[in-house]
Amino acid sequence: MISFALNGEVVSANDPSMTLLDFLRLERGLTGTKEGCNEGDCGACTVQVASMESGELVHRAVNSCVLLLGQMQGKSITTVEALGGDHPVQEAMVEHHGSQCGFCTPGIVMSLVAAHREGRQDHADVLAGNLCRCTGYAPILRAAKAASEAPLPATPDEAGLISGLKGEGFTSLDEFANWYAKNPDATLVAGATEVGLVLTKELKQPEKLVFLGQISGLQNVEPEIGGIRIGAGVLLARVRGLMAGKYPQFAEMLRRFGSVQVRNSATIGGNIANGSPIADTPPALIALEASLTLRKGDARREILLEDYYLSYGVQDRAEGEFIESVFIPEQADTLGVYKISKRFDQDISALCAAFNIVVEGGVITKARIAFGGMAATPKRASAVEAALISQPWNEATIEVAQAAFAKDYTPMSDQRGSAEYRLILAQNLLKRYFLEQGSEARLRVVGGVK
Amino acid sequence: MSVAKSIRHDSGPAHVSGAARYVDDYPLPANAVHLAFGLSKNAHADFTLDISAVRAATGVIEVLVASDLPGQNDVSPSAHDEPLLAVDTVHYIGQPLFLVVADSHLNARRAARLGRVEYSDKTPLVTLDQAIAADSTFGDPLRFAIGDAETALKAAPHQVSGQMEVGGQEHFYLEGQAAYALPEEGDVRVVSSTQHPTEIQHKVAEALNVPFHAVRVETRRMGGGFGGKESQGNALAVSCAVVALRLNRAAKMRYDRDDDMVITGKRHDFRIKYRAGFGADGKIESVIFEQFVKCGWALDLSHPVADRAMLHADNAYHLPNATITSHRLRTNTQSNTAYRGFGGPQGIIGIERVIEHIADELGLDPLAVRQANFYAAKGDLTPYHMEVTDSISKELVAKLAETSDYKKRRAGIAEFNAISPILKRGLALVPVKFGISFTLTFLNQAGALVHVYADGSVQLNHGGTEMGQGLNTKIAQVAAEVFGLGVEAIRITATDTGKVPNTSATAARSGADLNGMACKEACDKIKARLVEFASEKWGGEVVFADGQVRIGGHEMSFAELVSEAYMARISLSATGFYKTPKVQWDRAAGKGRPFLYFAYGAAVSEVELDSLTGENRIIRTDILHDVGRSLNPALDIGQVEGAFVQGAGWLTIEELRWAEDGRLLTAAPATYKIPCASDMPEIFNVALWDGANLEKTIYRSKAVGEPPFVLGMSVFMALSDALRAAGGEANIDAPATAERLLMAMQP
Repeated sequence: MISFALNGEVVSANDPSMTLLDFLRLERGLTGTKEGCNEGDCGACTVQVASMESGELVHRAVNSCVLLLGQMQGKSITTVEALGGDHPVQEAMVEHHGSQCGFCTPGIVMSLVAAHREGRQDHADVLAGNLCRCTGYAPILRAAKAASEAPLPATPDEAGLISGLKGEGFTSLDEFANWYAKNPDATLVAGATEVGLVLTKELKQPEKLVFLGQISGLQNVEPEIGGIRIGAGVLLARVRGLMAGKYPQFAEMLRRFGSVQVRNSATIGGNIANGSPIADTPPALIALEASLTLRKGDARREILLEDYYLSYGVQDRAEGEFIESVFIPEQADTLGVYKISKRFDQDISALCAAFNIVVEGGVITKARIAFGGMAATPKRASAVEAALISQPWNEATIEVAQAAFAKDYTPMSDQRGSAEYRLILAQNLLKRYFLEQGSEARLRVVGGVK
Repeated sequence: MSVAKSIRHDSGPAHVSGAARYVDDYPLPANAVHLAFGLSKNAHADFTLDISAVRAATGVIEVLVASDLPGQNDVSPSAHDEPLLAVDTVHYIGQPLFLVVADSHLNARRAARLGRVEYSDKTPLVTLDQAIAADSTFGDPLRFAIGDAETALKAAPHQVSGQMEVGGQEHFYLEGQAAYALPEEGDVRVVSSTQHPTEIQHKVAEALNVPFHAVRVETRRMGGGFGGKESQGNALAVSCAVVALRLNRAAKMRYDRDDDMVITGKRHDFRIKYRAGFGADGKIESVIFEQFVKCGWALDLSHPVADRAMLHADNAYHLPNATITSHRLRTNTQSNTAYRGFGGPQGIIGIERVIEHIADELGLDPLAVRQANFYAAKGDLTPYHMEVTDSISKELVAKLAETSDYKKRRAGIAEFNAISPILKRGLALVPVKFGISFTLTFLNQAGALVHVYADGSVQLNHGGTEMGQGLNTKIAQVAAEVFGLGVEAIRITATDTGKVPNTSATAARSGADLNGMACKEACDKIKARLVEFASEKWGGEVVFADGQVRIGGHEMSFAELVSEAYMARISLSATGFYKTPKVQWDRAAGKGRPFLYFAYGAAVSEVELDSLTGENRIIRTDILHDVGRSLNPALDIGQVEGAFVQGAGWLTIEELRWAEDGRLLTAAPATYKIPCASDMPEIFNVALWDGANLEKTIYRSKAVGEPPFVLGMSVFMALSDALRAAGGEANIDAPATAERLLMAMQP
């Protein structure tokens, strides 16, 4: 049994593998929430989910089509029907002609409602995960701006509703670790942005789903001596905030990672564990020399993230072992991160590059360069690094190093980009990194953060 | 006045509160069944089918193959070449083979994957080159000509020639295809997300072997259409109707997004070859176009789409000598279909490329070449021998060039590019002249049904469908205007073949033109009866305004007059009908007047291009667009903004790719990217041209749904301009993805 609040009342459900969207539409008749793509890419199914994070009630816009009911235990869900029609966002959308066909509209309203609560003004970012095919977005952005200053309407006491709700699922990290060591065939579900697709698109029914969202031990962020430790269950939305001050280019990449809804569901551990060659956090983390703590039962071991990826689909993770946390060592910020995709926002990368090069006295003393989308796993550019180390930091060195990419990578051609394109990009991005280190000029069309 | 006002979309409050219902939102009886197609995984093969595992799957009630169908096995809009379920041979990956009937949508989808199919492969034709080499066509090439293009070309002082590929486009309506059917005592009621309820009615009736009167089709609204719901909903509606009558249970079918993208047709991709002759001033003497149109496996609407591409090969330019030849190629891919602009944009991009090529050749600003070639206000003939009598391109473009500060920005961009080694900017102005009317003359008709109830409230029905464009709002404004009421007094109900029969598809370019006039005629009839009754009873002139009626010295509310008229047994219901005047078109000869009028517009876009990656942004777009006397400026501006972004998407980030075996590689939003919020121009100024339609259209307005789609081309041409600044090859194929742009800049 799963218990949660829905539009101000406590409800329960039985099937943890049912999507929240199907539950809303089929079980509750709440058809205001729409199915546009059934894979977390269009945002028509956006709802607001509130839960306690570190003792505080936090509201997040999420895609209900790839959220499973098993993730909803103890949370409070708001759908468009509960807004009453007179929320400032709703009124502004009508006033500014923000809907045409209207099908994406409830999702857009819910994204803007969650953003309004936080007082956000970055509306194009807020809506990166809400596709609209009719309006061209102009009237929606006008409506968002118009509504942003309006006071917050009254809402139900969600904290009260969800406090003490009992249901299934692990809350203790130790209990989970010991259980998983004995049940290594279970499918771990954190954000479900990947597992959700197994259900909605591959139409498979994993037998043993275990939901990690209630395990607070996976959600800690702890500054340690020599760095920062981030629990595997920490949402990418939070990681973006954590990186903003220290590694702004990492944070800027995360701004374009998925969408608000995806970052509000997906976790850093999930993005790493998944082993995808086009996952976007590993290149930056590898360039920062991040390490993983892997845990099985009570046993822990620490490995460098770059060593976790063995080959396509194969990671250095034993049966029953899981990623507990990620550690990023303290260092001066010399990180450059570049995400190249067909569409700027909310697109899977053709490639994602991270450069971390230290120059002392005009000579390169350290170079860590990692790419996603260039090989079967996220991978360091060792030959390029070797061509840089101990060389003077100048254009001639960069030119020599550019040629070494062909030794490091034999990228594939697919619908996101040809091998030739990827190789040229890799070379050009090294040049960009070089130019950006020595220049205050704006050298990117978007996101050139210094 | 109710027209010429920015009245909000009549469904706005329902949209934002989630109360607006779409096909999948209606509760059905508990025993309703859900349908899904089993799909071909082979692009061209003979096949045999074993569906035993499908029948045995959880929740499956039954499985239908072609031989189970009671009537015609056809869902094509005209050519009878598109079976609902394949027989013996498959023609593309995604073609429906069998129909699963199950107790839930999920169970139907799961079972649909369990068919065991044996294929004996034939060679698939996936690309245009393959189809051309195999001479796989739909009929002979069609040719329109004026003057002597070959001779004039040779005589011209300068010549250019070239070729470009133009990609297709997925509609990506946010609401996927959907329909349900309810059995009603042997008849059937179908609710469909369709732009063409009458065609659904016809296809369902043919499939059931019943007269049209046994089938009623309703469409309340679509969650987007864009042409993708003109014919592509037939398969779902027919399936639901067949199953509903077979089982005597409600039946619903909707495509999952990925299935939708694999099964349904898209915008036609084109190859355009050109040769042009021109003078030193850029004035075109002669153009010869060859258009190669990828139609896909079945005909669908490919002929009228390809015709319209030919009819727009001139865009806004007078071509004294021109030959346009169109080849329609048959391939083993999705059957391409209507998409906003209906071939017009593909025709236009050809001549816009010619203009750019001429400008390159002569070292002129492309805008100067454009301005040298615009149609005169009246008197010039198009390549299809229609006299253009309403051209405003010259004035409109001059005004936009001024308001957008074109000249000064052109100079500023040159300065920027001179000192910016990595980022390069580009600027382009692209005009549009778009022909309004169906090229099949008989389709230019519409009907309406208006009821005035005894309390003075008005219910209205017309043959058009609402897909977001605000058609119902505009039509309600027309009715309100006639009766001197506020729009809130007018209620428009679902489009219904039981209320207005024999309708044409709502191809957005003419929805308000046709249906607005039909509605006005119906309202005028009722109004005339009320006027006659009132002047007989009270005497004097009758004036309707602000919900009141003044009759000589008397004044009463509209409701009071209606109540009196009812008591006096005056008929308060009427039908209206409209057919577009003047149009006549001889397609075989390529001569006539296929269009009642043209809609005009222009856009200036400025882009910034990253020469290291090909990434780019639209910095600013200014649009000036002609909608005649706007019925509703807010809705019209909304159409212009939305069409522009969709058009820009088509030519930049939206890329369809197929594998060699015919599999669509970009069959999900994860791989096919439509513009999102940040892809809108950073500065976006849209204004409407102030001028009436010279033709007597509804309150002198002009159609707005399709023409501004072309304006997205200004982004593509601005990227070409930025490529020039970067020393790259400017005349690239479309779409201009970051990859294509970067590769164009490689030495």
